[in-house]
Amino acid sequence: MSFAFPEAMGIGEIFSLAVAAILVNNYILVQFLGCCSFFGVSKKTDTAVGMGMAVIFVMALAAAVSWAVWYFILEPLGLQYMRTIAFILVIATLVQFVEMFMKKSMPALYQALGIFLPLITTNCAVLGAAITNIDSGYSFIGSVVYGVASGIGYTLAIVIFASIRERLDATADCPKCFEGFPIQLIAAALLAMSFMGFSGLSLPL
Amino acid sequence: MQNIIYAAASLSIMGLLFALLLGFASKIFAVEVDERVPKVRDCLPGANCGGCGYPGCDGLAAAIVAGTAPVNGCPVGGAAAAEKIAAVMGVEPASGDRMVAHVHCNGGCNAKDKAKYEGLQDCNAAIRVAGGPKECAFGCMGLGSCVKACAFDALHIENGTAVVDAEKCVACGKCVATCPKKLIDLVPAKNVVHVNCMNRDKGPAAMKVCEVACIGCKMCEKTCKFDAIHVENNVAKIDYTKCKNCKMCAKACPKGCIEPVPTAEEKEKFAAMQKAQAEKAKQAAAAKSADA
Repeated sequence: MSFAFPEAMGIGEIFSLAVAAILVNNYILVQFLGCCSFFGVSKKTDTAVGMGMAVIFVMALAAAVSWAVWYFILEPLGLQYMRTIAFILVIATLVQFVEMFMKKSMPALYQALGIFLPLITTNCAVLGAAITNIDSGYSFIGSVVYGVASGIGYTLAIVIFASIRERLDATADCPKCFEGFPIQLIAAALLAMSFMGFSGLSLPL
Repeated sequence: MQNIIYAAASLSIMGLLFALLLGFASKIFAVEVDERVPKVRDCLPGANCGGCGYPGCDGLAAAIVAGTAPVNGCPVGGAAAAEKIAAVMGVEPASGDRMVAHVHCNGGCNAKDKAKYEGLQDCNAAIRVAGGPKECAFGCMGLGSCVKACAFDALHIENGTAVVDAEKCVACGKCVATCPKKLIDLVPAKNVVHVNCMNRDKGPAAMKVCEVACIGCKMCEKTCKFDAIHVENNVAKIDYTKCKNCKMCAKACPKGCIEPVPTAEEKEKFAAMQKAQAEKAKQAAAAKSADA
């Protein structure tokens, strides 16, 4: 059993990593991961913020624990192919934990999120963050920061979309065939296009 | 072979560890749930229709156990569910009368319009435009907000006014809350006599705005032998606890605003009967004075 850890990352690298995760490689609008909960929870801005907080928490913890599982268990034992199932195990446990925690301490938010909290489990965004950490060889601190930043990017996208959606539902004068979900999809596409403006942005740090 | 053992063992141990962690966490983060809530929830149909006014069957179960909802709060489950829930809650099942909604207005096409209304076909919207399109400030506008609010298809607009289908009504109360003129309330289903007017203006003013408005003449009050109908604020009101469904007040009403509205034949019979009674009374009085 031999342990091989990635090299440590400087503070500048970590900062530009965070910016990249939030804007340039935004999980929903650029990488298109995690869209089901994105469309499901963005009816009201308050629930969107709550969902974003839950996702940040889960992503950060998932990034940390899956990093540890990879470098302490899977790689030394030559079990790289078990990556997907092991990470899903970790993420499922974490989401159960978050659910229990929320039910006890934030029952109103728990009621509001409803079915979407367990949906974070099968949310490809969380698994995507965990796997990207490994593929890009980030250090432990880098992984955690990447997880938090991905969560922040998700929250940013979902809160923006929730506000747009609230206005669309309330005031927009929409052709009958586009009312409801179609116009929301188009709005999301336009939002994704606007985030393309960040592509290629790299901070010289 | 070694690989397989490593794979199986590592995943099993991880799974076990996480399971222990979750079990531990569930003890720490245990939420106090009254054990009656899931039991009550089982007695409910589980359709989550919202007819009770609470968010789904879970909401009603929580409210019943908390005491804010009555034991017979589920209109779809009816008496059967109410009995089971009463057993869980340890109380006597409420032996209340079945209630239905009733719209106390016959205006509609009988009531005069202020002006032609062109706007959102919704009562709550129309009432903001100078109080609605009808001259009568108290009457039904017939635009159907209550019809839209009803989830059981029990309300329909007939002759310009809303009418409740008592068979379909489950007394969920949504129409009561929706009507901006507050014309709808819940009445016992067994009572068939209703005053269909809420116009509190004096007689002449009421007559001007609607052909079937109550003018507060008190003929019904004088006719009723059970003291069940009274005129308050220039409009008749029935006390359903005293009303015996004899329908005499409906026949006595000169404007025909009490339901069931009598046919012309019935009115003739009633008038004849009143005359005969008056004759008898005169004769009895004459006989008395002759004696004395």
